[in-house]
Amino acid sequence: MDVKTGLFYFFSAVLLFAGFRVITSRNPVYAALYLVLAFFQAAAIWILLKAEFLAIALVLVYVGAVMVLFLFVVMMLDINIDSMRQGFWKHFPFAAAIGALIALEMAAVLMGGFRLTEEARNSAALVPVVPQFSNTKELGKLLYTEYLYPLEIAAVILLVAIVAAIALTLRQRKDSKHASPSDQVRVKARDRVEIIKMKVTQPVQAEVAAAVVASVEKK
Amino acid sequence: MTLTLGHFLSLGAILFALSVIGIFLNRKNLIVLLMAIELMLLAVNMNFVAFSYYLNDMRGQIFVFFILTVAAAESAIGLAILVLLFRNKSNINVDELNALKG
Repeated sequence: MDVKTGLFYFFSAVLLFAGFRVITSRNPVYAALYLVLAFFQAAAIWILLKAEFLAIALVLVYVGAVMVLFLFVVMMLDINIDSMRQGFWKHFPFAAAIGALIALEMAAVLMGGFRLTEEARNSAALVPVVPQFSNTKELGKLLYTEYLYPLEIAAVILLVAIVAAIALTLRQRKDSKHASPSDQVRVKARDRVEIIKMKVTQPVQAEVAAAVVASVEKK
Repeated sequence: MTLTLGHFLSLGAILFALSVIGIFLNRKNLIVLLMAIELMLLAVNMNFVAFSYYLNDMRGQIFVFFILTVAAAESAIGLAILVLLFRNKSNINVDELNALKG
């Protein structure tokens, strides 16, 4: 058993433990943090498989962006955890049975059918393994030649996701005072000041004039 | 005892089964359901990377790249919907999402 095998078993054990804690932990914040741990372990296993670019992308994209988003949302929502946990252990035996069945079936097929080892890989390799081999460079070459259109589509998907996420959560608050800049820019002088033509003098009506004169004389 | 492709595929299978269990257990909590889906995608990606390494084909890793993109978009929109849901109903209980029942 060489070092790589030992590392594989170590990382897998931590990965499975973290995965288990994600689905069973009481507080969603802990679940999110254990998911971060799981992603780190998966990145380590991918580095064992010589997929460095994807391992770093996993840490940057998932741990750096998606999990922070998860944490924000978990902390923003005020959830009653106890009501969420109702029926948790009631479903457990059924869920464990289904999960064990899936894992055993898949593992039986996979361990039986895929005994491909390192040596077989190296002998089957068409291109000889060179020390200067760069995973990122090879990935970039493929991505920007053969998979250029899918890459563009992926970019559009991300753009749509941005627009959709903002459009879904955007709301106009009714209780906040705000100014509309476009209205302010478009305003004209005649909207603000109204000039009214008036006569310089107005004829005084007879009764009013008499009343004024009477009140003056009374004093 | 050296590592075979089967080791990595089994790890992916166990992780996938674990997240299926998680979906069964946390039926009420939408956030943990989303996390279980992320875990499932991770298990699938693990299979892709393992195949890519043992078959010496970079195309598997390209596929993982696209899965990562789509998963990021999915979780962003999912969380936006979750926030909207919480704003309207004040909880995220999956059992109470029956407005479209008719």
